[in-house]
Amino acid sequence: MSVLVVIECANGEVKKSSLEAASYGSKVASTLGTTATAVAIGDVQPGALTGLGAQGISKVLLDNDTRLHNFVGSAYVKVIAKAAAQENSNVIVLSNSNIGAAIGSRLAVQLGASLATNVVALPEISGATFTVRRGVFSGKAFSNVELTADKKIIAVKKNAIEIEEAAGGTATVENFSADLSDADFATAPKETIKQSGDILLTEADLVVSGGRGLKGPENWHLIEDLAKALGAATACSKPVADVGWRPHHEHVGQTGITVSPNLYIAVGISGAIQHLAGVNSSKVIVVINKDPEAPFFKAADYGIVGDAMEVVPKLIEAAKAL
Amino acid sequence: MKILVCISNVPDTTTKITFTPDGKEFNTSGVQFVINPYDEYALTRAIELKEAQGGSVTVLNVGEADTEPNIRKALAIGADDAIRVNIKPTDAFLVSQQIAHYAKEGGYDLILMGRESIDYNGFQVHGMVGELMGIPTVAPAIKLEVNGTTATLEREIEGGKEIIDVALPLVASCQQPMAEPRIPNMRGIMTARTKPLKVVEPVGQEAKTSVQHYELPPAKSGVKMIDAENAGELIKLLRNEAKVL
Repeated sequence: MSVLVVIECANGEVKKSSLEAASYGSKVASTLGTTATAVAIGDVQPGALTGLGAQGISKVLLDNDTRLHNFVGSAYVKVIAKAAAQENSNVIVLSNSNIGAAIGSRLAVQLGASLATNVVALPEISGATFTVRRGVFSGKAFSNVELTADKKIIAVKKNAIEIEEAAGGTATVENFSADLSDADFATAPKETIKQSGDILLTEADLVVSGGRGLKGPENWHLIEDLAKALGAATACSKPVADVGWRPHHEHVGQTGITVSPNLYIAVGISGAIQHLAGVNSSKVIVVINKDPEAPFFKAADYGIVGDAMEVVPKLIEAAKAL
Repeated sequence: MKILVCISNVPDTTTKITFTPDGKEFNTSGVQFVINPYDEYALTRAIELKEAQGGSVTVLNVGEADTEPNIRKALAIGADDAIRVNIKPTDAFLVSQQIAHYAKEGGYDLILMGRESIDYNGFQVHGMVGELMGIPTVAPAIKLEVNGTTATLEREIEGGKEIIDVALPLVASCQQPMAEPRIPNMRGIMTARTKPLKVVEPVGQEAKTSVQHYELPPAKSGVKMIDAENAGELIKLLRNEAKVL
């Protein structure tokens, strides 16, 4: 028995959410009295994987089939299923990402496993009962769920677990091949369109988000400049995406993206319950709004009552001076 | 083209979530239920495809009789007929088994659903149904076109999107900007009353998870206000007090 952690890689690096998954997986392994092995897929060099040792991973299996650089569900599932069989893994830990959800759901059926997504805490293990806490009702509540099958797949929500910063051991990287055929790549994308140079919203530790209080797309540079000064990703409220000031993939809220960064700065967003659902697991929330009655202030840690056009430039200046 | 759209019955997005005192059940008293907003994107796109290319749209809901008002609403928006699998949807695998069974039986070309329900937030059913049926899943899909026996989809990935050609049949879990949801008109509401809604029994009741209890997140301790004139002070507090910068 062992714990298997799925490591997503992009642009030669391990994604931060996968470091969190590794930290989670090795903690589960030590509770269960076993070891955690990782399986890495995607565009990465072996040298970038040895650092997983700091998260408690001793061995990393790397399938460097270049066809895996783009996500292809059936091929990814095959690689992970083979690694899980080889390592005799009863617990598989993934990131709660689009890739994690696509793999986890198919793998759960193949392995007859229990699957919990959106998991926010380490499991409670007592005898044969294995219970995890997951976010439900779009961030408005948590549910404690028992995973009743022998095999368990856990998709860990971003920022739910600390990454170990201390220099730990070095993981050894072993080549691994699932002997994939062309048929496994039948649903390979014919084209991939990447956004240029931005910080990924779903991976970001800091997020600056704007709403209708910005008055128009011509003022959006305030959000971008503040984000740049802080090293943050940018996001927006649903009305802003609906009127087309910003693309839908930046829309944070109940029917958009759920974020859980360390810092969420909301500028000119009133804080409708649907928006709060998408952000309320952020560690620190700052609200800037000219309406002192804006409901968002009740969910905030820090607040400024004022016009975005006057307040944000002061914040940019202070952030640049850091 | 035969399209199956799976819909969930969920609390309205403005609902204040509370639980029974023992924390075991969601407190439904006074709660208005709606079609899961993500499922509405799937439903609207299905109706658009039917209008453009012909065929039929069937909606499927796994749920008890109290979901029927929202199934009728889906019929009013433009679906042709409906299936309700009579079991409480307590687990993603349980729900997926029902969908896979009735989807196979109906021989659909496209099985569409929302990326996740806004109550359970599993984002699991799409892949489970695809795996149970042995067909591809595209999730989350933001655009869908059908040309004969092939569909072209755009799939959102972290930091961009992919364009994929997939042979039918397939499963797609939808999110915006897939389609602009529609409000049923009076004629739709009238005709929905007589459209067929078939109630069928569940096929197997195996679940892989069991909810023990629910909890609400801890309340925020209160907001610290900073004067707009000294807005720069905020940055110092974020660094020295909150330690997030």
